[in-house]
Amino acid sequence: MEYLYQIDQQVKKLLPNDQVDSIQESSTNSNELVITIKPQAVEKLAGFLKNERRFHWLMDIAGVHYPEREKPLEAVYHFFNREQNKRIRVKVPHSEGEKIPSLTKVYRAANWFEREAFDMIGIDFDGHPNLTRILCHHEFKGHPLRKDYPATGNQVLSKPIDFEFDPLPVDEDEDVLTDQRMTLNLGPSHPATHGTFRWFVEIEGETITRAIAEIGYLHRCFEKMAETHTYNLVIPYTDRLNYCSAPMNNDGYCRSVEKLLGVEIPDRAQFIRVILNEFSRIIDHLVCIGTTSVDMGALSTFWFCFRAREDVYTLFEKLCGNRMLTSITRVGGLAGDLSDDWIADARIRVKALRETIDEVDGLLTNNKIWLKRMRDTGVIPKDMAIDYGFTGPCLRASGVDMDLRKLEPYYHYNEFEFDIPCLTDGDNFSRYLIRIEEMRQSCRIIEQALDKLPGGPVSIDNPKIVLPPKHEVYSNIEALMNHFMLIIDGIKPPVGDVYSYTEAANGELGFYLVSDGSGRPYRLKVRPPCFPIYQSFEEVVQGGLIADAVATLGQMNVIAGELDR
Amino acid sequence: MKTLTPLDQIPVFTTRIQDFVNWSRKHSLWPLPFGTACCGIEYMAVVGSHYDVSRFGAEVVRFSPRQSDLLIVAGTITEKMAPVLRRVYEQMPDPKWVVSMGVCASSGGFYRAYHTVQGIQSIIPVDVYVPGCPPTPESVIGAIIKLQEKIMKGQSPRDRIQNRRQIAAKSNAEAETYDQALNPGSK
Repeated sequence: MEYLYQIDQQVKKLLPNDQVDSIQESSTNSNELVITIKPQAVEKLAGFLKNERRFHWLMDIAGVHYPEREKPLEAVYHFFNREQNKRIRVKVPHSEGEKIPSLTKVYRAANWFEREAFDMIGIDFDGHPNLTRILCHHEFKGHPLRKDYPATGNQVLSKPIDFEFDPLPVDEDEDVLTDQRMTLNLGPSHPATHGTFRWFVEIEGETITRAIAEIGYLHRCFEKMAETHTYNLVIPYTDRLNYCSAPMNNDGYCRSVEKLLGVEIPDRAQFIRVILNEFSRIIDHLVCIGTTSVDMGALSTFWFCFRAREDVYTLFEKLCGNRMLTSITRVGGLAGDLSDDWIADARIRVKALRETIDEVDGLLTNNKIWLKRMRDTGVIPKDMAIDYGFTGPCLRASGVDMDLRKLEPYYHYNEFEFDIPCLTDGDNFSRYLIRIEEMRQSCRIIEQALDKLPGGPVSIDNPKIVLPPKHEVYSNIEALMNHFMLIIDGIKPPVGDVYSYTEAANGELGFYLVSDGSGRPYRLKVRPPCFPIYQSFEEVVQGGLIADAVATLGQMNVIAGELDR
Repeated sequence: MKTLTPLDQIPVFTTRIQDFVNWSRKHSLWPLPFGTACCGIEYMAVVGSHYDVSRFGAEVVRFSPRQSDLLIVAGTITEKMAPVLRRVYEQMPDPKWVVSMGVCASSGGFYRAYHTVQGIQSIIPVDVYVPGCPPTPESVIGAIIKLQEKIMKGQSPRDRIQNRRQIAAKSNAEAETYDQALNPGSK
């Protein structure tokens, strides 16, 4: 309360009275404030929050379209202060045609976020250096996440976009003929760009002087699909965000709905979610290291990593029937319970995983070629990482030991003993080392969670949220009705919005969920952890070799599914 | 003293040249994995040591379309990606085959959405569809076996192109009659 009072006073002092609409505490997060302001005050407020209140992270910018309101468009900013673990959500409602000052001068992270809000909703940012489409193709007309745009409104692209760098200022002394610069296009179908990224680079010799990273080749409209399905039907879509670690996305999404509903899932469900999350963290890091090593030419490591993944796949398959995309969580709990057999199996497989991690470590960490390729390449200093909104392993490799599992322990993470590895070099090699160490820590957590696993139900007992058990549906009319209503209408959370966040394998996975009280999300904005990380790519690769850029992309662990959604 | 083996004892069998060519083709498929999404990760598992697609002679993964004869489209194809996929297909030398891995590539899957292509058959011809989201590695291997049967059946690439033209002409004619039925006045 005191904090709210302080900010309230300072903001009122900073901004003229008619520019601040309201300041209040969030109804769902105790450490979050919600400020509603007029568009012209955005830049000033952001500068104040960053420079004087130490809100160094701009986590996300979401656009929402409310066609029935007087001011139909709303930009929602999420700021984060790590030292005090405070968050501020700034809402800027404005009308059609009104411009919002761009935050690109304050936060570098704002660049792509603003482009996305422009592309999806049509919010116009004043002063943005390159306000063009980012996810949809360049011939796309209209803004797909507006409520009047049909979900099935496909628009065909005739030919891929061409890029061109701005010509450099001509130097009088320099001979035009000796200029060795040339441009090169890599991707989107290129093994080093993992299938869906496209770089357009200007090179001098083999050194990259300028780069453009184009994304959106896997934009398959997760957010629009979420708006057209009931809450539980969105879960399979979340699997396909970060498909290397699907259970984590299920968990992150369900947690956001649970937060909005104001329910707490039972202890056993929390522990099981922890176990699944940590297993997914391990296999996600294994893919990252495995594919990077393929890019570096170390094919055998890739086999080792994928052999270990098969182990975890078998566990997932045993639990829910699908190897990869599990859809295991439900709002209010889980789809199924662990059997004793599964737990015994999991213990064996954690041991096997530990061995694999040691093997991978042995193959790579002291390998001369690996060291030469990874050391001092793709260096991201601490300040730059924060300014770009980094979270997760990439941030911890740059010297900030931020981990939401420690900072704001959810699901009893405070009861487990584990360490957060942190390095200060910020190069590809530290990112790799962090991942190796995190896998070991995840093994520790899984073992502890398996030991401590409490009994009890795996879902809350609320017929308006969780489906009744099958034997009751078949024998009891009330249960049958509840089942019917939940399937047809879905869960109906109260009107409101929530920003929920979990520590996924790549960093903070955030879901900004707006509910209008109906059975479907009104708006669901994902904050994918690798979106801000990949945003820095254009800057990080400058001055390095093309081969370094490949290593950097590998160690940033950019997953197209969650980057493009 | 060494003598030459009598001719009738040399183990030989006769065949048609086309059958021999097909037989050798089917055991040396060089796939180009056009992996865009989740199916791409699952395709890595197919190539990985556990499922080991090299047992079926299709493990020489090439990322250059000019070196490969099997295009495996693994993952969702978006409107933005569609021209790229067409171009990659056109760059592959004949004979070439296409496997559409997963429901997203085959029909758009559950992404009935504004930026997802509803099935790659509108962009390139497909030989084998693999259902599943993502398909299990077993079914991908099954698809490769199906494709081998198809290759062995012996359609030459020229036949295939001819077929494709015939189908295209037929569907064009159908579309025309359909159009005329709808608007009798036109044309």
